[in-house]
Amino acid sequence: MKLMWFHLMPYTELPEDFNKKHPSVWVDIHSSLFDPKRAHHMYNDFMDELEYAAELGYDAVCVNEHHSNGYGLMPSPNLIASSLARRTTDTALCVMGNSLALYNPPTRVAEEFAMIDCISGGRRIAGFPVGSPMDPCYAYGQNPSLLRERYLEAHDLVKKAWTEKDTFAFNGRYNQQRYVNIWPRPIQNDPHPPIWIPGGGSIETWRWCAEMDYVYCYLSYYGYKAGLATMQGFWNEMEKLGKDRNPYRAGFLQFVGVAESRQQALDLYSEPAEYFYGRCLHIDPKFATPPGYVTEATQRSGIQGMMQKAANVANPATKAALKATNMKDIVDGGYVLIGSPDEVVEQIRHVGTSLNVGNLMLLLQYGNMSKDTTKYNTRLFAEKVMPKVKDLFADWEHKWWPKPMAKSQRAAIPAFRPQTVAAE
Amino acid sequence: MSAPITTTVDVNGHPCRVWTKGQGPKLGFLAGLGGLPRWLPFLDRLAETHTVIAPSLPGYPGATGHTELDTHLDWVLAVRQLIDKAGLAGADLVGASVGGAFAAEMAAIFPGHVRRLALIAPFGLFDDNEPAGDPWAQRKEVLPGVMCADGEKWNELVAPPEGANSVEWPIEMTRASEAAARAFWPLGNTGLQKRLGLIASPTLILWGDGDALLPPSYAQKFATGISGGINEATRVEIIAGAGHLAYLDQPETVARAILRHFS
Repeated sequence: MKLMWFHLMPYTELPEDFNKKHPSVWVDIHSSLFDPKRAHHMYNDFMDELEYAAELGYDAVCVNEHHSNGYGLMPSPNLIASSLARRTTDTALCVMGNSLALYNPPTRVAEEFAMIDCISGGRRIAGFPVGSPMDPCYAYGQNPSLLRERYLEAHDLVKKAWTEKDTFAFNGRYNQQRYVNIWPRPIQNDPHPPIWIPGGGSIETWRWCAEMDYVYCYLSYYGYKAGLATMQGFWNEMEKLGKDRNPYRAGFLQFVGVAESRQQALDLYSEPAEYFYGRCLHIDPKFATPPGYVTEATQRSGIQGMMQKAANVANPATKAALKATNMKDIVDGGYVLIGSPDEVVEQIRHVGTSLNVGNLMLLLQYGNMSKDTTKYNTRLFAEKVMPKVKDLFADWEHKWWPKPMAKSQRAAIPAFRPQTVAAE
Repeated sequence: MSAPITTTVDVNGHPCRVWTKGQGPKLGFLAGLGGLPRWLPFLDRLAETHTVIAPSLPGYPGATGHTELDTHLDWVLAVRQLIDKAGLAGADLVGASVGGAFAAEMAAIFPGHVRRLALIAPFGLFDDNEPAGDPWAQRKEVLPGVMCADGEKWNELVAPPEGANSVEWPIEMTRASEAAARAFWPLGNTGLQKRLGLIASPTLILWGDGDALLPPSYAQKFATGISGGINEATRVEIIAGAGHLAYLDQPETVARAILRHFS
């Protein structure tokens, strides 16, 4: 099983009365709540945490893309990933953005991903989300009725830019470019860097992932219990399409808090979890359903009830309005797994096997969790949990993992030495 | 209220419903947000003295084909086909809200196609100093009051009629909203300002005094764009007690104003 360390980079100092005084954490969150000098420390803490996770042997570090968002401070995950490319050595770099339809031309995504692939020696996983409605449609003004078509076309352009050897003209419905010829080119060129697709519970996305042979990632904030129906739907669909049950076809996001005992875990992680599920998911429902974002086929199956559950889980805005914000319910609901190392081992094995998910994306920092607590959670998981779950799915080949250059051929990166400032 | 005659015309290979009712000179109607999921008392009033012809824009109730339309030029040419195929070329034309923006385009770009023009709170402009509201970012409980002064009028418009397909009806309502978004996302600004001066048809601009979506002051901006201000050729009437879809709130007042203009 691949254990991947995921950071959302939440703003950690939203006020206690945030939900009462502000309508939404996303899209129109007020600028007065953002203190850039505090954010300086947050970004640096977060990047320390990602680097720490890499040092401790997590298989990958993951970043993602959000806009105008109080729980996601990475409008450009590529900036963070490029820094991580220099400050990590063997860890895969999983970038669960870029939202392809937001870039004009999308060639930019092909270029930046290729740059990071080159800098990192071929360690990059390319995530291509459509994006939750708030990001592309509201924060970035993209037309919801055109979004999916633009996304699919941008995907075609990026993939061709990576794989086509000669300069070519791209004559798309939405993108036209006379000369496409990216420099640099990705190291992973057999045939291209692994592509992973974060998505909701739509059958169309599952089918597309199967057809393209991409990893499907279900990035819900509501844990394995709520995610079970969606992942069962995914595997049922794979079976119908004649695909095997290779668990590495799938990724899943899970919050975890590990400590010496369950009680200590509750003491440590209740505040950051309640901060996340309370303040960070306080999203104005008016931004939930731009018309056209959900395809008619998915609407139809939703209304007919077949997909009702999965569709709800996939929609953070409507879900947030219904969901628990106190630690007891958060834990009972399975949003956050907590406990002693052995208790967490048992739960992680259960998540892996019940959902049949080989790529587990762990959120070990959430809400306003401090750097010290985050490092404690990260270290304890790495030392006491990871060795006891890594063997899961050992019989399966992971066909969608980065294939970096041999270590002996990679550039030697000098160790980082902070400059001491000489006194005048 | 008797039912209109239903026919279908083809636009870009997709069917678009055309409703026709009444006797007398032809009068076209391009509906606003939500389209025409049902026939309206407002249209009945116009049909007392006119042959009212109401074609559905692509994607609006009774029509598909919005997914073929990527640019504003695509939309304008689709509406032109619709006007021609519905037999409305050269007739008087009423357009409301999103339909109003297209009616204005027809008069500006194809002047022979529109005899006299009536616009009810048309889309197409956006003023930074008085920003228009966002019809696609409203909480469910707030939306009716954004559409109409009396939110119940909106609820009545979109309520499923007896015997409606419970799966397809809500999809059809969402499709109408998507079609509007496809043409007017995100601000409703289609650059119509540049073309208003081409409108030569005598124009009546109607606006609900309680329009919560497009400020009533936009009426003056349209008049200024069309003919330099309010004058003999271009008149403005503000409708008391009406919201954005004034023809739902005050059908009698709006119909009377239009009939006067077309008399």
